[in-house]
Amino acid sequence: MNLRQMRNNQSAVISSLNIGGSLGLRLREMGLVPGTEIMVTGRAPLYDPVKLRINGQTLTLRNNEADHIEVRVQGESK
Amino acid sequence: MNDPIQIALAGNPNSGKTTLFNHLTGARQHVGNYPGVTVDKKEGTLTHGNCPINIVDLPGTYSLTAYSVEELVARDYLVNERPDVVVNIVDASNLERNLYLTCQFLELGVPMVIALNMVDVAEKRGIRINTKTLSSLLGVPVIPIVARTGKGVEALLESVESVSPGQEHLEILLRYGSDIDQTLNTIVPLIKENNLLTDLYPARWTGLKILENDEQIIDKVMLTDRSMGQQLVDRGEKLTQHLQSTVDAYPEAVIADHRYGFIKSILRQGVMTLTFDEDRLYTSDKIDKVVTNRVVGPLIMAAILLGLYSFTFNYSTFLVDWLDAFFALVSEVVDSSMSEGPLKSMLISGVIDGVGGVLGFVPIIMFMFFGIAVLEDSGYLARVAFMMDRIFHFFGLHGSSVMPFIVSGGIAGGCAVPGVMATRTLRSPKERIATLLTVPFMNCGAKLPVLTLIISAFFSAHQARYMFLATVAAWLVALLAAKFLRMTVLKGESTPFVMELPPYRFPTLRGLFIHTWERTWQYIKKAGTVILGISILLWAMMTYPGLPEDRTAEFDTKREQITASSSPDSKEQLLQIDALQAETALRNSYAGRIGIGLESISQFAGFDWRTNIALVGGFAAKEVIVSTLGTAYSLGEVDPESTTSLSARLAKDKNWNPVVALSVLAFIMFYAPCFVTVVAIAKEAGTWKWAFFSMGFNTILAFTMSVGIFQIGTLLGFA
Repeated sequence: MNLRQMRNNQSAVISSLNIGGSLGLRLREMGLVPGTEIMVTGRAPLYDPVKLRINGQTLTLRNNEADHIEVRVQGESK
Repeated sequence: MNDPIQIALAGNPNSGKTTLFNHLTGARQHVGNYPGVTVDKKEGTLTHGNCPINIVDLPGTYSLTAYSVEELVARDYLVNERPDVVVNIVDASNLERNLYLTCQFLELGVPMVIALNMVDVAEKRGIRINTKTLSSLLGVPVIPIVARTGKGVEALLESVESVSPGQEHLEILLRYGSDIDQTLNTIVPLIKENNLLTDLYPARWTGLKILENDEQIIDKVMLTDRSMGQQLVDRGEKLTQHLQSTVDAYPEAVIADHRYGFIKSILRQGVMTLTFDEDRLYTSDKIDKVVTNRVVGPLIMAAILLGLYSFTFNYSTFLVDWLDAFFALVSEVVDSSMSEGPLKSMLISGVIDGVGGVLGFVPIIMFMFFGIAVLEDSGYLARVAFMMDRIFHFFGLHGSSVMPFIVSGGIAGGCAVPGVMATRTLRSPKERIATLLTVPFMNCGAKLPVLTLIISAFFSAHQARYMFLATVAAWLVALLAAKFLRMTVLKGESTPFVMELPPYRFPTLRGLFIHTWERTWQYIKKAGTVILGISILLWAMMTYPGLPEDRTAEFDTKREQITASSSPDSKEQLLQIDALQAETALRNSYAGRIGIGLESISQFAGFDWRTNIALVGGFAAKEVIVSTLGTAYSLGEVDPESTTSLSARLAKDKNWNPVVALSVLAFIMFYAPCFVTVVAIAKEAGTWKWAFFSMGFNTILAFTMSVGIFQIGTLLGFA
């Protein structure tokens, strides 16, 4: 399952990033690396970009960028 | 006194870097540019004890790759200028990601002090950081500070002084896994033996960058030693193939993952302890639940943007009026104290109007940048980008493009000059150029009196509807033009959007004032000189060559006749003569000749020479179209605020009809931006190329639309 398919308030652990190049590096720089826990906290009015919590900060990324991030869903809160 | 210590401030965006810089330097700072790029270079000075210190605030970056201008600028500065100390600001509440950049400073081997900022916020969030352990594991001093209040800054400066005399620091070597480490072990000795860039970079760093496929470093290596460089790149490719087949990843990804591994191992050695539940909702998240809500969010955003807009354009009015009054007064003084002649005319119409034109924008720019600084420093601007991105991304722009569009007249009545300058908050190069080329299509405050004039002359029955349609048309054309540009001259993948939504913060007043002032001053300084020159040129075009002497004499004779006849309406007749003379002079001027010359082309859009001259004049400022039309129709001075006589005159002119009016409206909305905007575009794009492009592209686009409207309208018999 990838990040785009996650529902709001669902948390997951990043299992892999299937992208290299500048986007791949950019995602990693922002802390989106395998083993990190994330939680989807919302989406923009038109459902894109997606907003998530990671390492106590909030990141946003477009759905087509979220496609490259494979996750293992952990659970749902609230 | 000792030689000043050179400090470079470096760190992630939103880590409090600028706050610290403002705290350290106060008003003793100035903004320049790094050579060849449009990234701001902020420098400042302070004295600590009796030790002078120079500080450069490097652009905020998450990394030191060659993928963005900011990162290249930061790393080139560190390598070429060799500051005595790099003060790395690290956000304590977000240690893991901030240390990623720190790792890259360690790799580069720069002398460094870590300023662990926002320890108060971190503590509130239940994060305790053991600075001693962190310091010994990283091999650099770590000083806890709170940049907003200045807590710990004294200790930071002391630490900086103790590091500065070029002392050797403990070298921490990062490991990147056996495959990469082995390759490094074979290529680093080669780099050392051949002295490849060893005067600039540590050999291990150069090796690492080659494996990361870093374009800038590979180019430099190739320039120095082609065959050796090729050998190294081949090694890198071999490694890439190996990693691809074994772990299905690129070397740069593996390297990044190992940097995080290094950071995680450090944090686990008792550096960070968490006392609260990590998933607790912070105030910021609670605000976001409402402010970025899918239903309420856009409404709040509309209210805030409308608020910013009315703040900028309503509250700056009194200053604008003061300035107008002041320049009117100066004009009057010059008018009454100098004798008639070209010098006086140039002073009034060229210099004073030109300088007045530049300074007239200053209050608007100041207010707008103040408003934007509030939104930016509080963290709201990032939310706007988040909410608007879906729409703007469709047209090849970025969520952050919305602000420039609104300011330029997305709500009719803005101004493209601050709009163009507001594109500075955009960090994606292609999206940024596309934005700054399309914002002038919006209906700025200067176009409004012109649009009103024509609409009231020909469509007075549906005035409100036409004004609304004009706003919608402006948005439509701007967004479609952006899409077109992004598919042609600005073709290319969109820049990754992935972006931080920083926690909401109360902006500091000091920060707001510094940001507002530095941007305003840049505008005055940069725009002033060029604009004065162009203003004088435009004045000359509309004045020279004057009427030949025999023609002037003709008018004088007529005047004398009227005065001699002493008829009751002689005053009126004299004014008519003046107006007629002004019209003849304008027609005879270079601008007039251009207008007449252009008739052969402009007839396809239905414009006669009078309209042409007015449009040429509109390049100075769009509202000039009204006054030039007035002169061209020999109505004497026409006040743009009350144009009844002119609109009546147009309505019954045989060269005008509703189709021509529509065609002229389209042209005025979309043709070349006024030259103040053009200068602003040149400054913001960093090259005149885009400024000239905007003049050409917009004029061709506008003319095509006008011709289309005129030809189809005439064909359908609406004329």
